[in-house]
Amino acid sequence: MSEFILVRVVVKIMVPFILLFALYVQMHGDYGPGGGFQAGVVFATGIIVYTIVFGIRRAVEAVPMTAVMAMVCCGLILYAGTGFATMALGGEYLNYSVLDSADPVHGQHTGIIIIELGVGITVAGVLTAVFLVFAERRARR
Amino acid sequence: MGLLQQLPALQVAVPLIGAPLCALVGRPRLAWMFAVAVAWITFAISIALLEHVLDAGPIHYTMGGWPEILGIAYVIDPLNALVLVLVSGMAAIIMPATRIGIDVEVVHRARHLFHTVALLALAGMLGIAITGDIFNLYVFLEISSLASYALVAMGIDRRATRAAFHYLVQGTIGATFILVGIGLAYMMTGTLNMADMAARLPGVSHTAPIQAALAFILIGTAIKAAIFPAHSWMPNAYTYAPSLVSAFFGATATKIGAYMLLRFVYSVFGADYAFDEMKIGWVLIPLGLAGAVAGSVVAVWQHDLRRMLAYSSVAQVGYIAAAIGFANRDGLIAAIVHVFNHGLMKGALFLVMACVIHRLGKADMESFRGLGRRMPLTMGCFVVAGLSMIGVPATVGFVSKWYLVSSALDAGLWPLALVIVATSLIAIIYIWRVVDVAYFTKPPPGARDEAPAMLLMPAVVLCALCIVLGVSTDLTVGVANTAARLLGGAP
Repeated sequence: MSEFILVRVVVKIMVPFILLFALYVQMHGDYGPGGGFQAGVVFATGIIVYTIVFGIRRAVEAVPMTAVMAMVCCGLILYAGTGFATMALGGEYLNYSVLDSADPVHGQHTGIIIIELGVGITVAGVLTAVFLVFAERRARR
Repeated sequence: MGLLQQLPALQVAVPLIGAPLCALVGRPRLAWMFAVAVAWITFAISIALLEHVLDAGPIHYTMGGWPEILGIAYVIDPLNALVLVLVSGMAAIIMPATRIGIDVEVVHRARHLFHTVALLALAGMLGIAITGDIFNLYVFLEISSLASYALVAMGIDRRATRAAFHYLVQGTIGATFILVGIGLAYMMTGTLNMADMAARLPGVSHTAPIQAALAFILIGTAIKAAIFPAHSWMPNAYTYAPSLVSAFFGATATKIGAYMLLRFVYSVFGADYAFDEMKIGWVLIPLGLAGAVAGSVVAVWQHDLRRMLAYSSVAQVGYIAAAIGFANRDGLIAAIVHVFNHGLMKGALFLVMACVIHRLGKADMESFRGLGRRMPLTMGCFVVAGLSMIGVPATVGFVSKWYLVSSALDAGLWPLALVIVATSLIAIIYIWRVVDVAYFTKPPPGARDEAPAMLLMPAVVLCALCIVLGVSTDLTVGVANTAARLLGGAP
C-alpha cells in the first residue's frame, strides 16, 4: 500500500502514537479500562499497520523475528518469575502481598503491575509473531 | 512457607517457566538438556507429592493466598497424585530420547521449538490434574490441547498437518462442550471451586441447566478421552505425529480425559446423582464396550503399526469408560489402575515404533519382517508390552483386566465380562500378527542393527515397569484403593 502517499504519511505519524497509547493502556489498567492484554493488542496493531503499509521487509528490519520471539518468552518469564519471587519471599505462588513487607496493599499493587506488564509483552509478541509468520509466507510466494 | 508446602505450585510452575526459558536457550543440545532437567525435577516433585498425600491426606494450596472459594485452589488427593506421577514420569522417561528422536521424525523448521512446546503440553496436563477449580481446569486444558496440536503437526509426514487440523477441530469441539457445561454449572451454583460446587449442587440438581451441564461435560470429556464413537481424531494424530510424541500422548492425553471424567463425576456432580439419577452408566458401558470391540477388531486389519496401536488405544479407553460406568468399587479401581497401566504399556509400544522408525524409516508390516533377529531388544520390548496389552498374568495388563472383569461381575453383568475376555482374545491376534512377521519370516539380508541406546532405554524401562508393577501391585492398586475410598467408592 506504499504507493498512496496519504496513507504513508498518516501511518508514519500515527504509529508512534499507537505505541504510546498502548503504554498508556498498560499503565492505566489499574484505574480504568485497560490492562496487559488490551495494551498488547494495541501495541501489536501499531506494528501490523506499519507492516501493511511499508511491507514485510522493512517491518522485520524494525522488529526482527528473534526480537518478537524474545518478547513472547520474556513476558511469560516475567509473569511466572514473579510467582517464583513471591515463593522465595515466603508467600504462596503469586501472592503479591509479600513483595512489600511493610505494606501488603502496596505489594499487591506492585505485583499486579509487573504481572500485567508480562501479559502485555507476551500478547504483543504473540500477535506480531502470528502476523509476521503469515505475512512472510505470502511474501515468499 | 517451606519448600514442601510450595510443591503443588512448583509442580506446574516449573515446566511452565521452563518452556519460555527453553526457547531462549537457542542451541538445540542445550535446550534438550534443559528440558530433560525440567522433566525430571517435575517427576521428583510429583513423587514427593504422592508420598505426602499417602502419609498425611489431601493437600490444599491456595494460589496467591486467596481463600479457596474466591481464588484458585490446588487440591491433591491420591487420584490426581497418581495421575501426576504418570504424566510427569512419562515425560521424564521419554524426554531424554528426544535428542535423537526428533532428528528423524520432526520437520526441520520446527525442531528448535520442539522442547518448548513439549514442556507447555506437560505443564498443561499437570495443571488439569492438580487443580481444584473447574475453570482453571479448562484453562489448562486449552494450554495442553494447543501444545498437543502443535506437536502433532511437527511430524515429518505431510499428512501430519492434516491430522493435527482434524485433532484441532475435534479437540476444540470437546473443549467447548466442557466449557459450556462449566458455564451452566457456574450459572446455577455461583462457584467454580470443585468442593464448593459439589456442596451446592444437590440443591439445584433437579434443574435442567445442571442436567445439561452433566451431559455437556460427559460429551466433552468423551471427545478428549477418545471414547468410541468420538475417537476419530486419534488414529491419524498418533500415526503421523513424531513417534515420541505419540508415545507421550498415547500414555497421557487420553488418560487425562478419563481423569477429568472421573473428577467431574465423583468430585463435582457426585456419584449418586450421576449414576442413580442421570444414569450415565447407560451411556458409558455400551459405548465403552462397543469401543473395546470395534477398536480391537479394526486394529487387526491395520497395516501401519502406529495406526494399529492407536485403534488398540480406542479399545483400552473403552475399558476405562466401561469400568467407570459399572459404578462400583472394583470398577473405580479398575479405571484408575488402567489409566496408569495402559499408560505404561502404550508408552512402551510407541517407543518401540520410534526405535523401528529410527532404523527403517517406517513402521508397517513389511518393515517388521525378520526384525526379531535384526533388532532383538526392540522386539523383546514389543513382546513384553504386547503381552501386557493382552493381559497375560504377571504383567500390568492382567491386573487391570482382573479388576475390570470382577467389577463387571459385581455389577451383575456377567455377559459383559465375556465381552471383555473376548476383546482380549482379539488383542492376541493383532499382537501375534506382528510377532509372527518379526520372528517367523525370513529376515532380509543385513546384520544385527539395534536401535540407539538412547531410544531403546526408555522402552526397556517401561517394559520393566510393566512386569514389576504387574507383580507387585502396591503402588497402583494400593493408591487406587485409597483413591476409591476417598472418592466414595460405590454410589
